[in-house]
Amino acid sequence: MSNKWLIALFVLPALLLTAILIFIPLALSGYYGLMDWDGIGAMKFIGLENYMNALQDGKFWDSAWHSFLLAIFSTLSLLLYLVIALILSSKIKGADLLRKIYLIPMLLSSVAIAQLWIKIYNPTNGMLNQILMAIGVEHPPAWLADTALVLYAIFVPILWQYAGFYILIYYAALKNIPESIIEAARIDGASPVQIALKIKLPLIMSVVKVTIVLAVVGSLKYFDLIYVMTGGGPNGASEVMASYMYKLAFSSNNFGYGSAIGFVLLIITLVVTFIVRKLTATKEEIQY
Amino acid sequence: MKRIGSFFLYLSLAIVAVFQIFPIIWLFLFSLKDNREIFSGSPFALPSQFRWENYTKVWEGGIGVYFWNSVWITGLAILLTVLFASMATFAITRMKWKLSKLVLGLFMVGLMIPIHSSIIPLFNMFLNINLIDSPWSIVITYTAYNLPITIMILLGFYYTLPREIEEAAIIDGCSVPQMFFRIILPMTIPVMSTTVIINMIYNWNEFVFVNTFISSDKYKTLTVGIQNFIGQYMTDWGAIGATLIISVLPILIAFIFFSNKVVEGMSSSAVKG
Repeated sequence: MSNKWLIALFVLPALLLTAILIFIPLALSGYYGLMDWDGIGAMKFIGLENYMNALQDGKFWDSAWHSFLLAIFSTLSLLLYLVIALILSSKIKGADLLRKIYLIPMLLSSVAIAQLWIKIYNPTNGMLNQILMAIGVEHPPAWLADTALVLYAIFVPILWQYAGFYILIYYAALKNIPESIIEAARIDGASPVQIALKIKLPLIMSVVKVTIVLAVVGSLKYFDLIYVMTGGGPNGASEVMASYMYKLAFSSNNFGYGSAIGFVLLIITLVVTFIVRKLTATKEEIQY
Repeated sequence: MKRIGSFFLYLSLAIVAVFQIFPIIWLFLFSLKDNREIFSGSPFALPSQFRWENYTKVWEGGIGVYFWNSVWITGLAILLTVLFASMATFAITRMKWKLSKLVLGLFMVGLMIPIHSSIIPLFNMFLNINLIDSPWSIVITYTAYNLPITIMILLGFYYTLPREIEEAAIIDGCSVPQMFFRIILPMTIPVMSTTVIINMIYNWNEFVFVNTFISSDKYKTLTVGIQNFIGQYMTDWGAIGATLIISVLPILIAFIFFSNKVVEGMSSSAVKG
């Protein structure tokens, strides 16, 4: 089969939608970034001024720093997920049910998660402070109103939301390891911990690599949860790149500058993906 | 020794399970209480009386409209995404043409795009063609942005379809479109159902596009609707709880019936990365 018209008929609906609604806007974003534009009036070409302004914009750097911190936290939390997956894969009864229970928060919308955690963190009536007061903490903090704590407070629901997803991925990869390899190690006298670290872990390294990219790139995109929980506040203490860009465009009508930051976000995402892949590249993929 | 070890393993897994599930149970409990009971009682207590009226109150207060908008927009976008993605995957895997690798590459790049890099131009585009504050802007945006992940999930299955079936169909005088709709599509139902449920989760939970493109209450979907709604009921925790439970219930019910499909779809979204 190689009828041109037929191929076009089958490919074009998807290809046109992707081109028009994903790729053309990405290119336009870089173009709008060169403009002074309020979203309604005429555009005025100002060259790289928006990009230069970003370099000197303290708020932009703060938001970039917060995104970076979230990326570090997310990457570190992968270790925890990995440990849980390793335990789950060691002939645990009910492992299948457990990993499904873990996955439940991942099914909820970020808006619902944000609203739920706003309630959990409520200074007087939230679940967290009620528990803390019950065990004798006299003045538990107002988590989301405290500039020093807010970013950590936001990270907990992120940890909660994604735990099931990463555990699932690691668990699936671990289940793919042939039982015979593990059996052979056991006969040779390897302890369960040795088997986990020296045999299972190296065999799923390529999957670990993928999850690092997912975690880092995912944190650069965090928006919904933060936008709903704190709106980037208090006083910019939880502002991330995506929320800063969104505010510039849709609250301050600074579409030119917002586009420039959106485009920088795209470039950073692509570069980070590339760097993380290079850094974590294994010399040769392990075959078994 | 071995027993104690495995006791601690089970214990740690159980603690994680409680951490994952308890906030949702707490939410359900307070959705059936009134403020007096929430603020004075233990967070773990069952409601003294189950106040289902919290649910009827918010449903009639506007959540019903958002709910049905979410249903039809989610449903229509799923239909379009899965159809177009199946057609494209069919052409990429089963037909011979020069640019197929390039086109596949384009779809895969689409997987990692941050939507914040495209949302301003999209907004402007819809503004120019009068689709701002129209649900159609949402339907086509959902369709487009879910194509890459859908194609990725379909791909593996299409590669394993035996060619003999197609050849037999052509010999029997089937045209290619006939063969695709009558033979190929029905054969891919298992993987299509995986993509349907993954699309359902994404569309139902999506927030930014609706928040940006839609301003009329009558077109808002649940995620954005509950945002406004909760503003109104700022201090009525029972009503807020009921609203949130209504918004997450359809997905949770779908998960109870199709958990294996969800697991399959989510794990294949990371296979290639």
